[in-house]
Amino acid sequence: MQELVVPLNHVLLVSTLLFCIGMLGLMIRRNIIFILMSLEVMLNASALAFIAAGAHWGQPDGQVMFMLILSVAAAEVAVGLGLVLQVQRRFKTLDMDDADRMRG
Amino acid sequence: MRDFVWFIPLLPLASSVLLMIASSRLTRRSVALLGVGSVGLAAVLTGAVALEFLSDSTPVEVTLWTWMKIDSLAPRISFYIDGLTLVMMCVITGVGFLIHLFSSEFMQDDDSYARYFAYLNMFIAAMLILVLADNLLLLYLGWEGVGVCSYLLVGFWYRDSANGRAARKAFIVTRIGDTAMLIGLLLLLTELGTLNIRTLMQVASEQWSIGDSLPTIACLLLLGGAIGKSAQFPLHTWLPDAMAGPTPVSALIHAATMVTAGVYLIARTHDLFLLSPSAMHTVAFIGIATSLMAAGTALVQSDIKRILAYSTISQIGYMFLALGVGAWTAGVFHLMTHAFFKALLFLGSGAIIHCLHHEHNIFKMGGLRTRMPITFWSFLIGSAALAALPMTAGFFSKDLILLQAYQRPDFGPWLWGAGLLGALITAIYSFRLVFIVFFGDAKTEPDREIGWQMALPLTVLCALSIIGGYFSLPLADVFPLVNAEHPPHWVEIISISVPLLGVFLAYIGFYGQRPRIDSWTKTPLVQRVGQFLRSGWRLDEVFDRIAVKPYYNLANALQNEPIDRFYEAIVRLNQAIHRHLSATQSGRMRWYITSMMVGLIATLGVAMKIAPGAI
Repeated sequence: MQELVVPLNHVLLVSTLLFCIGMLGLMIRRNIIFILMSLEVMLNASALAFIAAGAHWGQPDGQVMFMLILSVAAAEVAVGLGLVLQVQRRFKTLDMDDADRMRG
Repeated sequence: MRDFVWFIPLLPLASSVLLMIASSRLTRRSVALLGVGSVGLAAVLTGAVALEFLSDSTPVEVTLWTWMKIDSLAPRISFYIDGLTLVMMCVITGVGFLIHLFSSEFMQDDDSYARYFAYLNMFIAAMLILVLADNLLLLYLGWEGVGVCSYLLVGFWYRDSANGRAARKAFIVTRIGDTAMLIGLLLLLTELGTLNIRTLMQVASEQWSIGDSLPTIACLLLLGGAIGKSAQFPLHTWLPDAMAGPTPVSALIHAATMVTAGVYLIARTHDLFLLSPSAMHTVAFIGIATSLMAAGTALVQSDIKRILAYSTISQIGYMFLALGVGAWTAGVFHLMTHAFFKALLFLGSGAIIHCLHHEHNIFKMGGLRTRMPITFWSFLIGSAALAALPMTAGFFSKDLILLQAYQRPDFGPWLWGAGLLGALITAIYSFRLVFIVFFGDAKTEPDREIGWQMALPLTVLCALSIIGGYFSLPLADVFPLVNAEHPPHWVEIISISVPLLGVFLAYIGFYGQRPRIDSWTKTPLVQRVGQFLRSGWRLDEVFDRIAVKPYYNLANALQNEPIDRFYEAIVRLNQAIHRHLSATQSGRMRWYITSMMVGLIATLGVAMKIAPGAI
């Protein structure tokens, strides 16, 4: 088993930080583009944690999961951007707080 | 002839139904013809039956059909005629016919002419069923029937809500008594197993002995019904208010016939009452107490009809006194003569009210002696009979009651003395009425003359009020013989002279241009006593406080549905929660995300706190 250059805990710390940044962005940002970007940040944070864990225990599963997350993210961006276009066309804005027609 | 006696109640009943159905298609003339004619025909038939009865006085029973059959209870629609029933029938159809005739003119300007006669005919039918009934259940049917008709006729002018109130009061107060009576009937049925009056009396005398508690309870329950219907203390308060109805109705229902139903009931079940001396005493004391109370109130009233109403209560008190001392024949005799002279007085007052633009206050009348001579003479004769002046009908019956009360061994003289006091007050108030209304200055001018339909009944009733005392009633087979011993002469002389003294007192008190009574009643004490008497001894107030008000309060409390409040609170709580929760569905993504995150972190935190090793 090969030791990591960077200790696992540090990587996990970075991953957690990234996840929190993404989550905060998700909660604070109103622009739908930024929300999508925050989502990507969160996905990548978890992917980073998988990579690190895989490398730590010398298992390929971590990288397999990373590949899966990557493709899911790509698909998600494709669908998400399509939605963004629709939102822009329908509401003439990208502000998600204005698209609150499902309230109540 | 006597087998067709069922025809007598059927006639007014059929006429009543016809008037109700076809009222809009009949002219006033045909309505009057139908309403008056049916009762007239019934009176003629009754007269024929009575004539036949005089030659052959065996009681007759006519069974029509079995009403219903429930186990051993099988009441039949069956009529029974003996002397007592016949006396009642003659009074009901005879006086009833005269009052119908009077009404045909009295009510001629009324819009609901047909409705009036429909109710009045129905009343006659129900009253006839009451007196003809051979079992207590059928009697109860007639009893309630007359109650309903009384309610309908008291509230006849229903557009004035006060009349509706009076009608409801009359119905509800008598209903209290009726309920007691129904319980009494059920008690008799369960104890003795029958409701047929004659069988019942026979079984009761065999099964119970004098002084047992069961006959006393049964008698007191029946007495409850009787005092409700006959307006005796303490259930008499409805009768003065019942004067809200048309005056002929007051004459027929609230003076001559219906209110004497209680007297009839007690006379009819006298075998039962003989088994219970304490119930008899109660009857006598209620009678004399009511008689004095009502006479005192009649002395100070100013509404002509209320005076007569209190006088009716007082006179029925005498009948109860007679029943209570076992003077059955005297009681029924007074019932008959009272029907004559009180109907006469009421019809006379009806004539005055009719001709004086519906004026009821006696102090606004006056001087009518020369302007309405027929009415004056009928009122004078009626008042003389009411005051029991010698040679009038009321004299014979009231004298009989007082003398037989005197002969009671235990407290007879006391009852006699109290009865005399009542007779004195009766004489004073009846002649106070005559002097104030017919003498002195004229205050209101009559605007019309009475026609023959009014004059004829007045004349006939005048004659009856004079000669009615000489009738001998065929009651010897119905009631047990009473002690026929003659009281001492001085008792009779005092009994005769007391009413004359009363008339004299009324003369010096109320006769003349400026009645002397005014100067005597200036002192505050007298004024206060007068006020107390005028309010009917404050009984209305007392009942209001102990029964009516609490009932209203309870009804008001229940009207707000206190139990529903609890369930409504649950509904409102749910609605509030719903409102708050639906406010969280803001439609804003960021809000959803934030709450999801907060929830997730909180859940994780709690999970770590509970099971630290699991994560």
